[in-house]
Amino acid sequence: MADMPLWEVFIRNQNGLHHKHVGSLHAADEKMALQNARDVYTRRKEGVSIWVVESRHVHASDPQDKAVWFEPADDKIYRHPTFYDLPDEVKNI
Amino acid sequence: MSASAITTGLLPADYREYALRLGDNALILGQRLSEWCGHGPFLEEDIALTNLSLDLIGQAQLLLELAGSQGDDTEQKTADELAYLRDADAFRNVLLVEQPNGDFAHTMVRQYLMDVYDEILYSELIRSGWQPLADIARKVLKEIRYHKQHSGDWLWRLGQGTDESHQRMQQAVDDLWFYTPELFENDDLQQRLQAAGVAPDMASIQTRWQAGVLPALKQAGLRPPESGWVATGGRKGHHSEHLGYILAEMQFLQRAYPGCEW
Repeated sequence: MADMPLWEVFIRNQNGLHHKHVGSLHAADEKMALQNARDVYTRRKEGVSIWVVESRHVHASDPQDKAVWFEPADDKIYRHPTFYDLPDEVKNI
Repeated sequence: MSASAITTGLLPADYREYALRLGDNALILGQRLSEWCGHGPFLEEDIALTNLSLDLIGQAQLLLELAGSQGDDTEQKTADELAYLRDADAFRNVLLVEQPNGDFAHTMVRQYLMDVYDEILYSELIRSGWQPLADIARKVLKEIRYHKQHSGDWLWRLGQGTDESHQRMQQAVDDLWFYTPELFENDDLQQRLQAAGVAPDMASIQTRWQAGVLPALKQAGLRPPESGWVATGGRKGHHSEHLGYILAEMQFLQRAYPGCEW
């Protein structure tokens, strides 16, 4: 329906540690958005928890800033944790 | 006569009949909802309606399997045989579930009235002395509780929505209300099932149903019509003309191509 706002849907799967963006949908309010998300995005056991956020509340970086914002990280490989030995006790990195 | 028949006074035909009543309600309501597939008011609700339909058809499959497994070898049938090869007068669903989808208001009012009924009924049936039915009830109950959240939300939204949505919802309540007393009919079989601990007391189910539905209608700004004509007959196989059309569509493939699988 044209007069219903757009919502972004985030799902956490059975073994997941965090919610992942899975798509968007239309709904009149948060209650309907959660139900619609359940019906549209968890039919195949995709998740055990849902977040919905009205799309207008999501602020995005400007695609035109891509080079300025993200390319300076390209030559700083020393920031990657690949140079360190991880103890076995540390999970989920 | 089996040992269980001596203790309960029930015959295989009684168990079969009860499972058919429950299974046919789910099957026909599921088939009705499936008619919305591709025609929902918006994409998300289209998928929601199809989900409800698939839940109900899954429930019907379990219940009709249970019905078909009663009796000796000559009487037993598969769920598919029961769904696709019976004529209208052998169906045991209540008339409410075969009523046409109408507009979205009629579909949602019909759904809500049934969802409240099913939630109360199956919350009792999980304690049924008939263990296979109690096991099915546990699965059904989870699905039904979601259905009721969904249809209950729409009842409130549309009842309290625009003038037009309110008027359509009130019309649906007026049109469908007189099909609800049949849900609680307490016939001879029902009484014997209750005495045997298989089925709950229908009078108490009715009291609880009214205690759920009436405040929800009021909250949605809707009211039940004054008492009047009351529909009955589904349990005896006396159906409205609508069931024939439902079966013609639902059973066509198996009737035209017996045993067809895909």
